[in-house]
Amino acid sequence: MNELHHLGVAELAAAIADKKTSSVEAAQHLLARAKEHQNLGAYLAFNEDLTLAQAQAADARIAAGERGLLLGVPLAHKDIFVTQGFPTTAGSKMLAGYQSPFDATVVSQLAAAGAVTLGKLNCDEFAMGSGNDNSAYAPVHNPWDTARVPGGSSGGSAAAVAARLVPAATGTDTGGSIRQPASFTGITGIKPTYGRCSRYGMVAFASSLDQAGPMARSAADCATLLTAMAGPDIDRDSTSLDHPAEDYTRLLGLPREGATAAQPLKGLRIGLPKEFFGEGCAPDVLAAVRAALSEYEKLGATLVDISLPRTELSIPVYYIIAPAEASSNLSRFDGVKFGHRAAKFDDLADMYKKSRSEGFGPEVQRRIMIGTYVLSHGYYDAYYVKAQQIRRLIAQDFQQAFTQCDVIAGPVAPTVAWKIGEKSDDPVANYLADIYTLSTSLAGLPGMSVPAGFGAANMPVGLQLVGNYFKEGELLQTAHAFQQATDWHLKTPEGY
Amino acid sequence: MSDKKQASPLVQGYEVVIGFETHAQLATQSKIFSRAPTAFGAEPNTQACAVDLALPGTLPVMNRGAVEHAIRLGLALGSHIAEQSVFARKNYFYPDLPKGYQISQFEIPVVQGGEVSFFLGDEKKTVRLVRAHLEEDAGKSLHEEFHGMSGIDLNRAGTPLLEIVTEPDMRSSAEAVAYAKELHKTVTWIGICDGNMQEGSFRCDANVSVRKPGAELGTRREIKNLNSFKFMQQAIDYEVRWQIEQIEDGHAIQQATVLFDPDTGETRAMRTKEDAADYRYFPDPDLPPLVIARDWVEQVKANMPELPRQMAARLVQTYGLPEYDATTLTQSPAMAAYFETAAKASGQAKMASNWIMGEVSRRLNNEEKDIGQVPVSADTLAALLKRIADGTVSNNAAKQVVDALWSGEGSDVDAVIEAKGLKQMNDSGALEKIIDEVMAANAPMVEQFRAGKDKAFNALVGLVMKASKGKANPQQANDLLKQKLQ
Repeated sequence: MNELHHLGVAELAAAIADKKTSSVEAAQHLLARAKEHQNLGAYLAFNEDLTLAQAQAADARIAAGERGLLLGVPLAHKDIFVTQGFPTTAGSKMLAGYQSPFDATVVSQLAAAGAVTLGKLNCDEFAMGSGNDNSAYAPVHNPWDTARVPGGSSGGSAAAVAARLVPAATGTDTGGSIRQPASFTGITGIKPTYGRCSRYGMVAFASSLDQAGPMARSAADCATLLTAMAGPDIDRDSTSLDHPAEDYTRLLGLPREGATAAQPLKGLRIGLPKEFFGEGCAPDVLAAVRAALSEYEKLGATLVDISLPRTELSIPVYYIIAPAEASSNLSRFDGVKFGHRAAKFDDLADMYKKSRSEGFGPEVQRRIMIGTYVLSHGYYDAYYVKAQQIRRLIAQDFQQAFTQCDVIAGPVAPTVAWKIGEKSDDPVANYLADIYTLSTSLAGLPGMSVPAGFGAANMPVGLQLVGNYFKEGELLQTAHAFQQATDWHLKTPEGY
Repeated sequence: MSDKKQASPLVQGYEVVIGFETHAQLATQSKIFSRAPTAFGAEPNTQACAVDLALPGTLPVMNRGAVEHAIRLGLALGSHIAEQSVFARKNYFYPDLPKGYQISQFEIPVVQGGEVSFFLGDEKKTVRLVRAHLEEDAGKSLHEEFHGMSGIDLNRAGTPLLEIVTEPDMRSSAEAVAYAKELHKTVTWIGICDGNMQEGSFRCDANVSVRKPGAELGTRREIKNLNSFKFMQQAIDYEVRWQIEQIEDGHAIQQATVLFDPDTGETRAMRTKEDAADYRYFPDPDLPPLVIARDWVEQVKANMPELPRQMAARLVQTYGLPEYDATTLTQSPAMAAYFETAAKASGQAKMASNWIMGEVSRRLNNEEKDIGQVPVSADTLAALLKRIADGTVSNNAAKQVVDALWSGEGSDVDAVIEAKGLKQMNDSGALEKIIDEVMAANAPMVEQFRAGKDKAFNALVGLVMKASKGKANPQQANDLLKQKLQ
C-alpha cells in the first residue's frame, strides 16, 4: 500500500489487523517518508533497527491472534518523553545524546498496547516556547506553509501528524503546548486533566502544569491513544491521580443522554467566555470559531454567554509559576552527572556557569532567571505566593462557569500561525499569544483543539473545547460529533 | 523552661545559650523518595537508583515508613503531629546534591512543638522543641581518592532524615550533652534511628551564643556536624571561651557556621552570614501536601513501646524507686529490662537499682561496653542480691562475687561464695571471740573511745572486720562491739 501514510490510527490498525499491510511495512513506509520530509524539522532521532524490531514483535502478536486498537501502529514521541533506545534531548544541547535507562510511563503504556516507536519529535527546548523556534537543533516548519511556525512547544508532533509522517504522536502541554500547535497545523490534540497521565519520564518543565496528551488527525484517534496513555501511576508519580483508567472511546458516536442521532448534542450547553471573543482575537480566527459554533448549534447544542474574569491575569500568573518551577527543575542540569559539561573551566562555580550557559538556549536561560528572581528572598511573597492565590481564583472562576455550561469553547490562539522569526525577538509577544490556553492549564482542566476551518493566509484555525475535571470522555464525544458533521480534520496540506 | 530554671551557671560572668539542630537518619529499608536501599558502607553509587541520581523524568514518591517514624518521634516527645504538612525545595548547587535542590519541609513541618526532659545531676531539665521535619540527605563528595578531581558517592542521597530543632533553652555544654544523650536515647528507644554517631546516623549542630545575664540573645555561631558526645562538649566549651574572649577584646561576634576540629580542639569558621545562600524555598510541586489522618496516628500510637518517661514513672510507682534511679535505669530498653528482671527475681528493687547504677555500670563503663554485653545475667545478679539480703554475704564480699562472675571465674553465685569463703560470719560466739581479741590487742584505742573519741569506734569495727577476713556481718559486729565497750 503506497498511501498508508494517509491512514489514521484506527484505519491503519485495522489494515494491519486485516493483514492488508503489516506493522513492519507501515513502519518502513513511514520511516522512509519521515526522512524524505526531514526539511520540516519534525524529527530529531530515529532508531530504525529498534523500530523494526518492535514492528516485528507487533506482527507476531497479530499473527498469534491478538487484536488491539494500537497494535502495530507506528507512533512518535515528543522528545520530552524519555525513551529507551533513542536519545532524549528535550530539544536542548544540554541533553545532546542523552540516553535514558528507562521509559516514560506514557511511552511504556503505549508500547504495551502494541504501538511501535518511529522516532523522537522536535520541540521547543525543555518545552518552552510557542513557535518551536526555540529548539536547539532546528526550527520546525508548518506543513501548511513552511515559512510559518507549527506552534509549540509540541511543534514537531504537530507538523509530523499534519504532514502525514505519522498517524499520531505524543505531546505535552504546560500552557497550551498541545492545543496551540494542533490549532496551527489543523490537527486534533487533547490535554487531559492534570494528573491523568503520569509525568514519570517526562523531562520536567513546570511540574504543577506539565501534562501529556495525544495529537492525531481526529478526536477518535486521540481517544484511542489517551485510553492507553492515561491512568494511575501512583508508585512513580505522586501527582498522578488515583482514579481508575477509562475507555475514552466509549462515548464516541453516541448521542448525548436524551439526544437523538440527528441532533446528537441536544442538551449540551457550550459556554462562550466573553474574554475569549474580544478585541484581542484576530477576526479571521473569530470567524472560523463562530462558524464552528454554528455547526454545534445544528448538532443540538445551545450557546451560553459566560465570563472568565481573570483570563488576562493568567498570563502573569503563568509566567511566574512556570518559570519558578522550571528554575528549580532545571537545576539538575549542572554538568556533574549527565548532560553537557563545559570543556574548560577554572573551578566548580565556573564549571556550573559555563556548562549551563553553553547548554541552555536563550529562552530557557530567560525563564530560569525569571523563576530564580520570583522565588528570591524578598520577592517570593509578592510574586510566587500572590500568583498561587490568583491561580486558585482562576480555578474557581471555571467552577463557577461550569454551573452554567457543560463545555467551554473559544479560540485556541488569537491568530493563525505566524512567520518563522516574526516573534523571535519579542518574548512578550509570544507570551501574550498564550492567553486562551494558559488559564485551562492553571486550573488543571482538560482542554482540546479541534480543526475548525481556515483563517488568514489559508492557515488552519482550531476550536478550543474545555471540560470540567475528568470530562475527557465528554470532550472527545463533543469533538467527535463535530468531526462526523465536518471535514476540516481531513484536510491535508498541499504536497503531503 | 527558663523561668523554672535555677540560676544558669555563668562562665566568666556570661550566660551561655545553646540551641540544637539534630539530624537523625531514619532506620527505614529504603530511601525517603525512592525504593533504593539505605545500606551504609556499600561500594560508591551502588545504593542509588534513577530517582536518587535525579535522572531526567524521575519523580519523588514518599516513603510511608519515614512518615511513620516521624509520627513515632512526635508521639514520644509530646509534639503536635500536623494533619497536613508541606514538602519544600531548598535550592542550591552542590555536586553531591543531584537535583540541585533538597526536598525538605520549611513552612509547615510534620512534627511541631514537644519537649525533651532529662536530669542534669539531680536537677530536672526540660528543653522545648520547635519542630522536627522530614528531609532527604545529600550524597558525599570524596576528595581523597582522586588526584585533582572529586568523586561523588550518591549512596546516601535520599536517605531519610528528621531534623529536630530546639528552642535556645540550654545553658551549659553539660546540659547540651545531656539533652543530646536524652534525644539519642529516645530515637533509638523508639526504633526510628540506629543512633550510630560514627556513621553519621545522629549528627548534631549546636547554635551557641553568650550574653550577660538578662541581656538580649547574643549573636550565635553554629557548630556543624558534632558526631560524638565528647566532641560536642569540647567544641561548645571552646566556642564559649572563644566568644567570651572576642567580646572581652571588644570584637562583635559575626553570625557564622563553624566546624570543630578534634585534632586541635578548636572551632573554625566555614562561612559567614554574608555568603549565606538564598535557598529560594517553595512548596515542591512534585509532592502534594503530606496528609496524616488521625487514625494513622492512633495506629502508630497503639504500636509504640512504653516510652522512657512512662517507664520511669512506672518504676517509681511499682518499685518505689526514686525518680533519679528510674530515669537512670531507663537509659535503654535493655537496661530497663535488666533492672526489672533482677528486681523481680530478687524482690530487692532498690538494692538492684543501686547495684546496676553502681557496680554494674561502673564495670561496663570501664570496659566501654553497653548493657547488652553484660557478662552477668540479671538472674545471676538477682541470686547475689538475695544472698546479700539474707545476710549470707556482706556488700563488700558481694563485690568480690561479682568480680568472679564478671571474669568468668565462676557462674553460680552460691558456688562462688563457697569457693571463695565469702560467707558472712553470723555466729555471734565466734564473733565475740574475735572482738575480745581485737579489744585486748588494741587497748589504747579502747581507752580513746571511752575517753570520748568516737572516731576510735569506727577504727575498731574496721579491725574486727579485718580480723574476720571480711566475713563478719558489719551490723552484728557494730552491735556487739558497742555492747562490749559500754
